[in-house]
Amino acid sequence: MNKDLEGNIDINALKLKEGELVQEVEDLCGENLFSCYQCGTCSAGCPFIEDMDLAPDEVIRYVILDKKEVLNSKTIWLCASCYTCAERCPRDLNLTKIMEALRQIILRKNIDQTDLRKIPKDEREKIPQLAFVSLFRKNVG
Amino acid sequence: MKLLYYPGCTLKTSAKNLEKSAFAIMDALGHEMVEMEDWNCCGVVASLTDDDLMHHLAPLRNLIHVEDQGEDRVITLCDMCCNTLKQTNLRVKEIPDDLETLNAFMDRENDYKGTVRVIHFLEFLRDEIGFDVLKKMVKNPLKGMKTMPYYGCMLLRPREVSIDDAEEPTILSELLTVLGAEVVDNPFKIECCGSYHTIEEKNLVSNRAYRITKFAIDRGSDAIVLSCPLCQFNLDVRGKEAEKIYNSYKQVPVYYYTQLIAVALGLDPKCCRFDDHAVDPTLLLKKKGVFEK
Repeated sequence: MNKDLEGNIDINALKLKEGELVQEVEDLCGENLFSCYQCGTCSAGCPFIEDMDLAPDEVIRYVILDKKEVLNSKTIWLCASCYTCAERCPRDLNLTKIMEALRQIILRKNIDQTDLRKIPKDEREKIPQLAFVSLFRKNVG
Repeated sequence: MKLLYYPGCTLKTSAKNLEKSAFAIMDALGHEMVEMEDWNCCGVVASLTDDDLMHHLAPLRNLIHVEDQGEDRVITLCDMCCNTLKQTNLRVKEIPDDLETLNAFMDRENDYKGTVRVIHFLEFLRDEIGFDVLKKMVKNPLKGMKTMPYYGCMLLRPREVSIDDAEEPTILSELLTVLGAEVVDNPFKIECCGSYHTIEEKNLVSNRAYRITKFAIDRGSDAIVLSCPLCQFNLDVRGKEAEKIYNSYKQVPVYYYTQLIAVALGLDPKCCRFDDHAVDPTLLLKKKGVFEK
């Protein structure tokens, strides 16, 4: 299950302890990842699945196996917190919160995912404010 | 009845059409909706990590100010504001320790007592006005309009703050039926529109808009009806842009439910600000004869 993930974060620079990714995620989101039985309901209902490099259920598996390259997956940034997976999970796992925990691990090291200066001026004037506030909240630490 | 209203950033800028039409409806119903004093941005998205209390401050400050103004409920028009305010309200009620911490941090504000109910305008119309009352007021029934209700995420999920069934909502279709429109059901009605990706992943959102709308068109629908200002932008503007990606695709008009209520009640169409849309919403209304009646 080794996939090429396109992110360019230097995982070593994050200085995460060996074997502790799952603990770190659980501390942030309060969910027990080991209760996932890999049924794939989350991935089946995810509206962004086609553009993801890792399916949402694979993300959980990567974290459990301490495969830190999950932090370089496009998936965790594509998740827009629509809560569909959390709503449908038969194990009542809140994957929406797990995705946020993974984003937070990166953002809390001061690594932003969005460069505000790259947003073109005409788009800045056209797009509704609430889109900007949510993008900054999700992608900028 | 006098009701306190929390606008949020977008209602004052790109979603003036939603705000103006809602105010016109309240006028017609004989109720007064008053904008609350000293509101601030809600933060748009709810804080999702357990240790992050900081991002509950902005929504909580608004709830405190509702209490300060002597009210126990506040109406929102924006789905995202509604969701965020409701989630913070829920968290501080469920975890009193968190409320204590937040109250202590905001030492210039009064303590939040937890008395406020956050109500979406749709909920208000259904539960406190009643759709049957609206039905009696309809002057221009939306006859012949085949509308697809689109709920998106924030009205419905997470379940704890939902205004309807999280998987099979009916509130918009009930409303549209009352207004005289036909309703086209659609499994995409509860799927995310692409949300804030509209800034950095325009094409992805155009694809979402295309997928959602195409399904509706194939089932004979000629309009989409929704409530969220971000969904409106994504389906209307990014949907229009999808015309350049997909041959012979034509985006259908995307209405706020408040605009269609205003039209059906025969209110001055100026309150709908139809000029603000990317796809002209007036053509369909004229074609179906709703405007001329």
